[in-house]
Amino acid sequence: MDLHEIQDAFYQWFSEANVQFQKIPGSAILLRYIKSSYQDDPVRSAVELFLFLFAVRYLLAPKYSTQKQKIALTEQEIDELVDDWTPEPLVAPQTAFEEIENEKRPVIVGPTGPKSKLSNGRTVTNLASYNFYNFVGNETLKEKAVQTLRTYGVGPCGPPGFYGTQDVHMKTEADVASHLGVESCIVYAQSFSTISGCIPAFSKRGDIIVADSALNYSARKGVQISRSTVKWFEHNNMKDLEQVLQKVTKEQMKKPLTRRFIITEGLFETTGDVVDLPKLVELKLKYKFRIILDETWSYGVLGRTGRGVTEAQNVDPTQVDMIIGNLSGPLCAAGGFCAGTEEVVSHQRLSSASYTFSAALPAMLATTASETIRLIQESPEILAQLRENIKAMRSQLDPRSDWVRCTSATDNPILLLVLKQDALTSRNFGQKEQEWILQEVVDECLANGVLITRLKAMPQPLGAAVSAQSPQPQPALKICVTTGLSKKETEKAGVVIRHAITKIMTKKR
Amino acid sequence: MPSTRSLYPFASSSPSLDPTTEKAGTRRTSFSKPSKFTSFFSTSPKSRSALSEADAIKAALAGQGAQHPYNSPSAISTSSLSLPSISLSTATGTNMKTEDTTLFQPPTPAEAARIARAHAQFGPLGSKNHLYSSRFVGNDFPDPIEDEPPMYFLITTYISYLILIIFGHVRDFFGKRFRAEKYKYLRANDGYAPLNSDFDNFYTRRLQKRISDCFARPTTGVPGRFITLLDRKSNDHNMTFHFTGTTTETLNLSSYNYLGFAQSEGPCADAVEITTRKNGISVCSPRADAGTTDLHIEVEDLIAKFVGKPAATVFSMGFVTNATVFSALAGKGSLIISDELNHSSIRYGTRLSGAMIKMFKHNNMKDLEKVLREAISQGQPRTHRPWKKIILAIEGLYSMEGTMCNLPAVLQLKKKYKFHLFIDEAHSIGALGPNGKGVCDYFGVDPAEVDILMGTLTKSFGANGGYIAADKDIIDKLRVTNAGTLFAESPSPPVLMQISAALRCISGDLAPGQGAERLQRLAFNSRYLRLGLKRLGYIVFGHDDSPIVPIMLYNPAKIPAFSHEMSARKISVVVVGYPATPLVESRARFCLSAAHTKEDLDRVLSACDSIGDILQLKLSSGIAGGAEPIPDGLTNEEEHRIQKGEKTEFKPPRWRLEDVLKRGVDDIKMPLR
Repeated sequence: MDLHEIQDAFYQWFSEANVQFQKIPGSAILLRYIKSSYQDDPVRSAVELFLFLFAVRYLLAPKYSTQKQKIALTEQEIDELVDDWTPEPLVAPQTAFEEIENEKRPVIVGPTGPKSKLSNGRTVTNLASYNFYNFVGNETLKEKAVQTLRTYGVGPCGPPGFYGTQDVHMKTEADVASHLGVESCIVYAQSFSTISGCIPAFSKRGDIIVADSALNYSARKGVQISRSTVKWFEHNNMKDLEQVLQKVTKEQMKKPLTRRFIITEGLFETTGDVVDLPKLVELKLKYKFRIILDETWSYGVLGRTGRGVTEAQNVDPTQVDMIIGNLSGPLCAAGGFCAGTEEVVSHQRLSSASYTFSAALPAMLATTASETIRLIQESPEILAQLRENIKAMRSQLDPRSDWVRCTSATDNPILLLVLKQDALTSRNFGQKEQEWILQEVVDECLANGVLITRLKAMPQPLGAAVSAQSPQPQPALKICVTTGLSKKETEKAGVVIRHAITKIMTKKR
Repeated sequence: MPSTRSLYPFASSSPSLDPTTEKAGTRRTSFSKPSKFTSFFSTSPKSRSALSEADAIKAALAGQGAQHPYNSPSAISTSSLSLPSISLSTATGTNMKTEDTTLFQPPTPAEAARIARAHAQFGPLGSKNHLYSSRFVGNDFPDPIEDEPPMYFLITTYISYLILIIFGHVRDFFGKRFRAEKYKYLRANDGYAPLNSDFDNFYTRRLQKRISDCFARPTTGVPGRFITLLDRKSNDHNMTFHFTGTTTETLNLSSYNYLGFAQSEGPCADAVEITTRKNGISVCSPRADAGTTDLHIEVEDLIAKFVGKPAATVFSMGFVTNATVFSALAGKGSLIISDELNHSSIRYGTRLSGAMIKMFKHNNMKDLEKVLREAISQGQPRTHRPWKKIILAIEGLYSMEGTMCNLPAVLQLKKKYKFHLFIDEAHSIGALGPNGKGVCDYFGVDPAEVDILMGTLTKSFGANGGYIAADKDIIDKLRVTNAGTLFAESPSPPVLMQISAALRCISGDLAPGQGAERLQRLAFNSRYLRLGLKRLGYIVFGHDDSPIVPIMLYNPAKIPAFSHEMSARKISVVVVGYPATPLVESRARFCLSAAHTKEDLDRVLSACDSIGDILQLKLSSGIAGGAEPIPDGLTNEEEHRIQKGEKTEFKPPRWRLEDVLKRGVDDIKMPLR
């Protein structure tokens, strides 16, 4: 084949291609455009050609993974790696302290009460249960519970969103709402999970949470799962809170408005002290934050009729956006609640995980809660009586003991006793040593017939660096006062505890 | 009919019971420690009060014996001492109802009312034929065949959602302009951002609200065989409801009452009453402080023995069990592989743990193996260090799909890839297996092969709470590192007693015979309704033996329509749509119970038959079952071939209701086709 023939074939192919090209709709326009643009502006055509070629190259380029880290391995290599791999056991072996904890956990035989029988056969004074008003032994409550059992059975066998909402739940909700003086209320099946369901229902990614640094475990988990931006303020320090709020407001000035929450507790689980609610409400109104107040330990305890911090400190409960409370402790039933406006409550019914995806509260526990709420409203004298007992117990411990001080607020029936700072510094005690010492105190008290307990440390995330761990509360003894004991008995128990502390501390010297 | 009834359906007993007891016996021997529960009934002075409790239970049983249709033989013998009329009837071997008539002693109105009440909670067994015991035999557990509706229904479903969304936006557009006051909650107000963002709230506001009368229907009384709804009305398109003051008793296919233990009378409720009076209502303390009582330890031992693990621990809420356990098992450097359809509580718990989470396609073992191979060979992202441990979290029975996990295949993979296995038996415990012991029981697998068995006590046992069962060292560690034990309230005595009584009932220690009957009735009911619905032409998801039977509705408008049609026929069902299911796969879910009788299910089938015609729900193509009966006159070989499913052409099953009801009882005892 000579050159001539190739030329002919080429022309033939070219004219054929040309004809086909003309047949494509719009080809004439394209051709005219290229022609005119080349004549008018050849540089632009060159740039366009370059872009065209680049696009072709990009489209034809081989695909690559965005996970650059991945190493290509053959099937055989993977099999070898699989054979090679030895996983850690599911749980680490128990530490010595954990073994002690498992061994020494008290087991009550029969009913719990101010005097409880333990599995070792001894009957002890029980200052470890949240049985503040001794509702546990109340026969009328038991009778009502049995009546409910005979009408409703035990479990509601379904989540509230399907057919688990019973009229007794609605009654309990109404009772709590009217007791607190708020619009509406939602009852969860467990107190512990209430706040960890409530927080992520409202606070989402990008929202801002300003939280007290002594917050309890459950609330911390709620904060963690919400994926919001979290700022911590110094425990119960309203000045520090104001600074944090100022800072946040300043930072967020230019950004779109997001939901902002202050999360704190009424009576703190880990320190026992009380929040300064009037100041908090003032700051909230000033900086336009919403308050989520965990009243788990103050509802049914503070205030003249047990309405909690709002009643004790004369704050309008509607100023607090969400009040989380507990029906399982002093009220002797089970479950928790979140009270607020109708909007707050109805939102949770659909979007709070621990409400939507959990079975409803057993009916007999809901009716018990209604009953105990009625009881504390009708007989506020039992609250006064409890306070007398708290005073009696406190007077035996806080000013009198050389070793411990009580961090709880005066009206808090849960007395948290921590070792005094000079005792700690003189002996150079760390977290672990304090826990050991306090466990010995608990054992000593039990040996003398008084059951008390320790504030439990928060479980830390496994494998996390020390810096990533949440701050632990200072180890403390936990003493729960009850009206089931007379003032004298309470004082006597207080003496036993004080002596036990002194004995253990002097022995350690 | 009465002649076919027998006094003790189990005395003549189906053979499947015997291996059961044998198996339980061998398992029990593996625990050298004597059960705490046997000491409950022992005569040691320590448990005197417990003894009197047991006596009281017995006495209560005996008192009931006269009329209770499910009497245990022992209860009858006690009662027969005092009531000679009964020994007469037991001698003739007829059942209680006939006995009344033979002795010419019609029950007093009060007694009749009590029986009616008991039957509304737990229906009487119609025939011994209505029992079945299901367990898996074979090697490969097949995936359920998922039928697809004609394309027309998928397209109209998408169009329906499009219309709903467009309407929603139009309403929003005008509403926000002309009725701004009503939309105030969606806008920033006085410097506060709205609690609900406009976008997040759109689905609730414009789609869910339309049908919200189908959800959260308030009830009263026992959620047993029947459930009593409080009637409510809305005059403002479901914005608010008001109660009319009336109630409606409906057949209950909505509660997770698998074994029918939601009862306000009977041995369980009696035991609970005694405990409430004796132990009070609450223990007022977390487990770790002073919230552990002898009752807790007994229940934990019972659960451990029941599921076949050395130790167990109980929690007061099922959600929290999952939400707190993963933090105590895994953390940074660990990998949790989770089924994509796992329950929200597992997602919640795994997210909190700080471990890396990977998903695999629902029940897809190939995909799981792929994920495992990649995870182990590549190690941790960026650092490529090997994973400290891998935990596979799956559920025994998936509550929205009705599918079971493929346990045999998972265990095969476990041998090769050495991961730790966590099974959430929230729905499967009590509901699956010949002894009700969950998926391990169903597949005949030794529970020791599974590392952690978690379950809830809310469903099958009619109580509340959750448990975790595992080796003793794991449980001991969990007791001290798990927030649910450290800080959460302890389960209350009445709830614990309900669990204990239900477990003893299943194992036959309390009211012998009842437990086994419940298990077999549930197995029968599950298969009967499923087969019936398939034959009527419904698209049914899930495995054959699952007590959760979801039927597909597709179009969003059919969700409320189905619910309302069922309500009009006095049947309560759960309907679910997006986001609990994929957008197009809206469904209705029947939860079966041992409390249902065959007549109840026939009522459901008849309702479904007519509703299916009205709402065009009979869409199945036949690939997933419901085929015509095997014609007579075939050779054995041909029959065998058809039974094995080697048939090529499928005919859409559209059986007549009469045929479904006629053939159902016998056909469910063969492999469903």
